[in-house]
Amino acid sequence: MEALKQPWPWYVAGPLIGLFVPLLLLTGNKGFGFSSNLRHLCAAVLPGRLDYFRYDWKAQGGWNLAFLIGTVAGGFVAVQWLGTADVVLSDATRSALATLGLGDLSGLAPRELFNWTSLLTLRGLALVVGGGFLVGFGTAYAGGCTSGHAIAGLADFQLPSLLAVLGFFAGGLLATHLLLPLLL
Amino acid sequence: MGLVTYLVLGVLFGVTLTKSEVTSWFRIQEMFRFHAFHMYGVIASALLVAAASLALVRWLGLRTAAGEPIAIAPKSMGRGHRYWLGGTLFGVGWALTGACPGPLFALVGSGLSVMLVAIASALAGTFVYGLLRSRLPH
Repeated sequence: MEALKQPWPWYVAGPLIGLFVPLLLLTGNKGFGFSSNLRHLCAAVLPGRLDYFRYDWKAQGGWNLAFLIGTVAGGFVAVQWLGTADVVLSDATRSALATLGLGDLSGLAPRELFNWTSLLTLRGLALVVGGGFLVGFGTAYAGGCTSGHAIAGLADFQLPSLLAVLGFFAGGLLATHLLLPLLL
Repeated sequence: MGLVTYLVLGVLFGVTLTKSEVTSWFRIQEMFRFHAFHMYGVIASALLVAAASLALVRWLGLRTAAGEPIAIAPKSMGRGHRYWLGGTLFGVGWALTGACPGPLFALVGSGLSVMLVAIASALAGTFVYGLLRSRLPH
């Protein structure tokens, strides 16, 4: 139990995450892919006349939405009963973030950027609202996110997933090295 | 399998993402700055285990709990534009929010309630894609 309360190393977490691919297939031919839920939620709330959202979301996405509710609960369980600790970041990242003016590196995300009042600032809006929009638009356009492309897709040697993952990193590098210094 | 199975798997997923700090904006920064192996270790070992278990499932000819053959729909390449373009846009969002879709939801459970706004915005992004889909290169 004590070991569970420490941060989990990559060689424990990674293999566990990888096992979701066979587990979801064996329980009912479900494809590991979290961002499909964004489409299912849109289809549930705003069916409208768009073809993209006109399908039986309960039949196709019901299992995934249950998985989503579980994921929220899992985030709660982890911080409530399995301990919290500040991230032990590398010194290089600490000093890079200090250069950007971020002093408080406690918690899971910078408190000065990710809080409700920061939504009234340009940088807060850019990170939370702008970033969120691109996550939703980009994953829908690319047909998947980290789970569907970087893990499930690459594990099945799908070439489109390799293109998508190269895009993920190109975009992430662009935002980290060009956008963040402008925004923060 | 019933929804409860997927709910339980989701809890395990959320706990794993949170305890391994994959949901941390700081860890995503560390990854995109190539300052630590942690995130690469998580993604690479997940991929390795997923690929090995897929190969095993196929080699053993395993079937689903309901007895159906395992089937994975191949993604269609088309001209391929959607993958690198959409992927790049998502990558920018990933670095800005510090979270991909799973972690966005896990973070709400962890108490970072402002991520509800990021989720609402992500839903708007998916909706706008639905609106523009016929006009975008795929």
